[in-house]
Parts: sequence; C-alpha cells; structure tokens
Amino acid sequence: MTQTTIPSGDNSLLPSTQVRQPSRLERIVGPDNYRILQGLFKTSASIIGFSLIVLFVLVAIFAPLLAPPKATGDPFQIPRDGFSADPKPPGTEWKRNAPPVVPGWYKLITGNEKWVHLFGTAAGQYDIYYGIIWGTRTAFKTGLIVVFVTLLIGVVVGSVSAYYGGAVDNIIMRIVDIFLILPYIMAALILAAILTPRIGKSLIPTMTALIAFGWMGYSRIVRGDILSVKERDYVMAARVIGVKNYRILFRHILPNAIFPTMVLASLAIGDVVLSFAALSFLGIGTEIGYADWGQILSFARNYITSLNTYWYILIFPGVTLVLFVLGWNLLGDALRDVLDPRLRGKV
Amino acid sequence: MITYIIRRLLLVPVLLVGVTLLIFGMLQFISPVERTALYVRDIPKNDNQIAGVIKKYGFDKPLYVQYWRWMVGTTDPFTHKRSGGILYGDFGYSRTASEPVAKLIKDRFPNTLDLTIWAIGPVIFVGIWMGVQAAVHHNGLIDQAGRMFSIVGTSFPTFVVGLLLLMIFYATLQWLEPGRISDEYARVVALPSFKHYTSLLSFDSLLNGRIDIFWDVLKHMMMPILTLSYISWAVFLRVTRGSMLETLRTEYVTTARAKGLPERDVVNKHAKPNAMLPIVTLAGFQIIGLLGGVVITETVFNYPGIGSAAARAAVNLDVVTTLGFALFNGFILIVANLAVDILYAFVDPRVRLS
Repeated sequence: MTQTTIPSGDNSLLPSTQVRQPSRLERIVGPDNYRILQGLFKTSASIIGFSLIVLFVLVAIFAPLLAPPKATGDPFQIPRDGFSADPKPPGTEWKRNAPPVVPGWYKLITGNEKWVHLFGTAAGQYDIYYGIIWGTRTAFKTGLIVVFVTLLIGVVVGSVSAYYGGAVDNIIMRIVDIFLILPYIMAALILAAILTPRIGKSLIPTMTALIAFGWMGYSRIVRGDILSVKERDYVMAARVIGVKNYRILFRHILPNAIFPTMVLASLAIGDVVLSFAALSFLGIGTEIGYADWGQILSFARNYITSLNTYWYILIFPGVTLVLFVLGWNLLGDALRDVLDPRLRGKV
Repeated sequence: MITYIIRRLLLVPVLLVGVTLLIFGMLQFISPVERTALYVRDIPKNDNQIAGVIKKYGFDKPLYVQYWRWMVGTTDPFTHKRSGGILYGDFGYSRTASEPVAKLIKDRFPNTLDLTIWAIGPVIFVGIWMGVQAAVHHNGLIDQAGRMFSIVGTSFPTFVVGLLLLMIFYATLQWLEPGRISDEYARVVALPSFKHYTSLLSFDSLLNGRIDIFWDVLKHMMMPILTLSYISWAVFLRVTRGSMLETLRTEYVTTARAKGLPERDVVNKHAKPNAMLPIVTLAGFQIIGLLGGVVITETVFNYPGIGSAAARAAVNLDVVTTLGFALFNGFILIVANLAVDILYAFVDPRVRLS
C-alpha cells in the first residue's frame, strides 16, 4: 500500500482538492472581477460605507415623502419662510410656505401637527432640512452624470492612445499633461465662471467644468491597463484572423481591461460631489436657494463671527456632506486593498 | 542623468505653449466685445470705441493671428508703443480689482508664499511621522487609528474643516482670527518706517524687530495652516505607511534584523531613507499645490493670497483676471514640476536609468 506524502513547503501552492462551484455572478463577471466585488463587502468598514450610501439613496428616492414639495414649481427650490436676514434656530415654527402635507412619520416622531424648521433656517429663511433632503438628489444627479461622462471620455482617449501607440500616444499624453497642469478646483472654477454667463446659473456650467478637467486620470489608468492586455494571446489571435482595429479594441481589449477602472470611477462619486459642493460654496453654480449642499454651507460664510450662535447652518449640511463622502471613501479604501497587487494575500 | 534632464527640459516649452493654448481656448467662450476689456481701462465712451478696439487688436482676425497677438501684444504703428502681450507680463486689466492683473498678482503672491513657507513643516513632517508610526505598528492600535483618521480626514471637505475651525477658535474661543493682520498693526505696516525687505509679512516683521507684529501675523495664519495640514496628513499618512510597509518587507531589512541591529536602527537607518523616495515627489507636489494658491482655504479665512483673489474674480465673472491667475499659476506649476522631477532623478537612480 502506497502512502501519499504531502511535500513540505508552501502548501498553498498545491492545487486545491475541492472543486469550487463558481456562482452565477462569478461566471458573468469573471473570476478576477468577482474577487474585486467580493473584496468590497469583506470588512466592516466597507459594509458601513455601503450602508451609508444605501441610506442616502433611500433619502434621495423618498425625498417627496421626507420633505413634501409644493404641487407647482421646481421642487429643488428651497421654500422660504419670509425674507428676514437672521437665521432661525431648529424647532422654530414654519409660518409661510410650509410643505403642503404633514406626513405620518413626521407626526409620529415629533408629536407635532404642524411643520417646524427641523434644522433651522439659513439667511433669507431658507429651510435647511428641506435643502438637505432635496440636495441628496442634486448630489446623486451631479455625481452620476459627471462620473459617467468623465469615465466615457477617459476610456475613449485612453484606449485610442494605448491601442495606436507611437506618435498618437505621445501627442494625446502631452495633451493630458497640459490639462493636468492647473489645479483641479482652480481650473474648474475658471471654466465654470466663463460658462456661467453663456449658459446661465444652473448645474450645467459647474458639471461641464468638472468633466472638462476630470477625465485625465481615467485615460491614464485605462491606457496602462490596455497596454498590458494588448499583449495577450487572444488579441494576437484576433489580429491574425483579420479583425478590424476598432473591433479588437472595443470587443476584445476594453471589456477585459476596463472593469477595475469602472469600479474606481463609480466610487469617485463622493469626490465629485465634494468638488461640486466646493465650487457652489465659493458661489459658482446654481441660483441662491437651489437645494444643493455647498450652496447651504455657503450661507455659513456670512456668519463667521457668530458661528457659535448659528451653528446649525454649518453642522447639519456639513455632517451630511461628510457622511456622504465618507460612505464612498470607506468603499474606496476596501477597493484599494483588493486592487493593490503588492498587498494581495498579505494583509 | 543628462539625457533625462534634457528630455525633461524639452517637455517644458510644449507644456508652456499648451497651457497658453488651453487658456486661449477658454478665452474663445467670451465675445470679442467683452475681450476688449483686456485693453480698455475706462468705461468706453461710445460703441465706436469698442469697434475700434476690436479692429485694432484684431479680434475679428483668424484665430492664429489672434493667438499671436495675445502672446506678444500689438505695436502701435505710429507711436511704436506696445500694448498687451502676456509674454511681456501684461495679463490685462482687472475689472473687479481696478488695477492691472499683473500688479494684483504681484501684491497677492507674497502672502501665498508666506503661508506656504510656514505650512511646509506641519503639512509634511507631521504627516510623514504619522505614516511611519502606523507602518511600524502595522495592524496595531496606532495603525488602525491612523487608517481611520486618513479615511475620515479625506472625507472632510476643506471648507467644512475651515468653518469648524472658525466656529471653535474664532467665534467661540476668540483665540485666532481670519484675515491677514489686525487693523492696528496694518496701520503700522503701512508706515514708511516699516521696511519691506522680503515683502513676506512674517519675515519683515522679524527683520524690523517687531515680535508683536510677527505674533499677530502668525495668529492669522494658524487656522489656514491647520486646515491645510489636516487635509494633507491623511494623504501623507497613507503614502508613507504604504511605502514603509513595502520597505519593511524587503530582504535587506530582514538582513539588518538578522544581524542583530536594534529595531530602532533598522527603522531609522535602513528602512526610512529608502521608503522616503515616493514621498519626496508627493511633498514636492504638495508644496507646489500650496504655492499655486489654495483657493478654498484662502477664501474661507479671507486670506489675501492668489487663491482667494482668483476665486473672487471668478465668482464676479471677471474672466480676464481669472485667466491671468490661471496663466501665472500654470507657469509656476510647470517650472516647479520640472524642479521636482529633476530633484527626484537625483534622489532615485532608477528614474534616470529607465
């Protein structure tokens, strides 16, 4: 009877005896990408981050229930309770322009039959609570659009650059360098300031500016990823059988190179919302009174000598913004651990 | 080494032309009438004057002619007087500040430089120190705390941190103040007896022997410095920690440990110098970033640097001024980036050999 001896040394190198059944999702996205998705939900920190984001998604979806808008007019316009310049503290009675409906959850929690300013009012009697709730929709809207378009531009530029190489690559990468010279916020600020008189005060000038100076990072990452995928055998095989260039690029290379970048980009929503808030905090972007977190925070700038009295203008929108960004950052941190090959299997 | 520097130097003109093209491109969003503001300093007397300026400076000419004139200016055929021309440092006239943009930059830049000099220490060295501590206590309590700090830190927007500091140290405790200098000292500084040796207020007050002014200026800079530090610490902590961890796993560190060196020497003499390589670049870029004017921090604290000036111009839709700042910023950043890259090549032989 022969005895199988297990060789001493690194047992992890031995082939596993169990045959693992890949789940359906794993079969769809592929083992490497599945590992990335798995890593996103492994640590408690990333689960907290995910829950925060889910919470904000729910707030955005149920905004009309949480802060009922008027039947007519733009729901993103924060209702004003008068025109007095002095902010009013939380709990003040909401006299004019209160939401038309008093929902059941509100009566249950506050035990009040009438609307009060839950988080107080800012200068000009804009209700802070309403602004925060509807600002969540603004945040997701701007974040998603900006991320999607920057990613699209970045992927197209990066893949063209990497696939054609040579002079094309050189020229495109120098253009990327040029766009990277100016600091992000300053460049976006300038472009938004130029576009605002052309387009008018709305979300569009700021979003355009954030897109115009935001795509370079992705194009670099995509370029690098494609350069490594480009040398694989199946690309050579496609070329040998005479597949056209753009088809090789878009059907064979990109799908295999792009997934990490896509995840990275979707987690950049937090950063985009932060930059957007920074610009509207400076006073570029939307009309005063638009439900937008940076806009509400900019009211605090008028009261820096008495922020101890008017703390609620800063604290409520500030905490909201920080929690939103924190959620995305916690997820992003988990992702960084998964994607960093040097840390793979070591932490 | 020399080939690397030459290659890197060749890139500079490309970037310089590129950044002027980029800004010239943004200028195209503005109508010719508005662009006459580059040259007309008073309220135009009649419409013909604007049409005359448009014709004189060729805003109706093809783009490449316009670009060339924008770069070198135009010379009057009769008086041979040159006007405009960003190559000659004429960035136009600021509508909101009522002075030439170049002068505005010259007034504001020393303040930004002053802030940068004082911020370097706390921004860089504290962050690096925290990163090293986190790596040495890998997965320990300090590491976890540091990791938490760096995630929470990057989640705090600059302006929220700034406003929180204002709430605590200015509105409540009244220890620190926003702005540049207290009113009573501003009068002293404006006197002819106060010599401006460096035009950096903190150093000038020391050179004039006025410790009280120095202290006052420092008190005004403390909150911006704290804000900038807090934001950068998170970045430095993460990069230093990563680089240190990688170095601590190398074989020469194992060798150093194996030959019985005390852990302190292993960390300080063998690991740290090698782990510092990527941080040199990061530190360089951080300083450059500060020099370029930190738009939000300066605005929150009403600090009269180039960042807040650019922001004010942009908010007032004063495009000429804003683009002037962008140009200045671009030039500084290109030169500073060059310096960092060359410095890095000196520090790390792998860069110049690749």
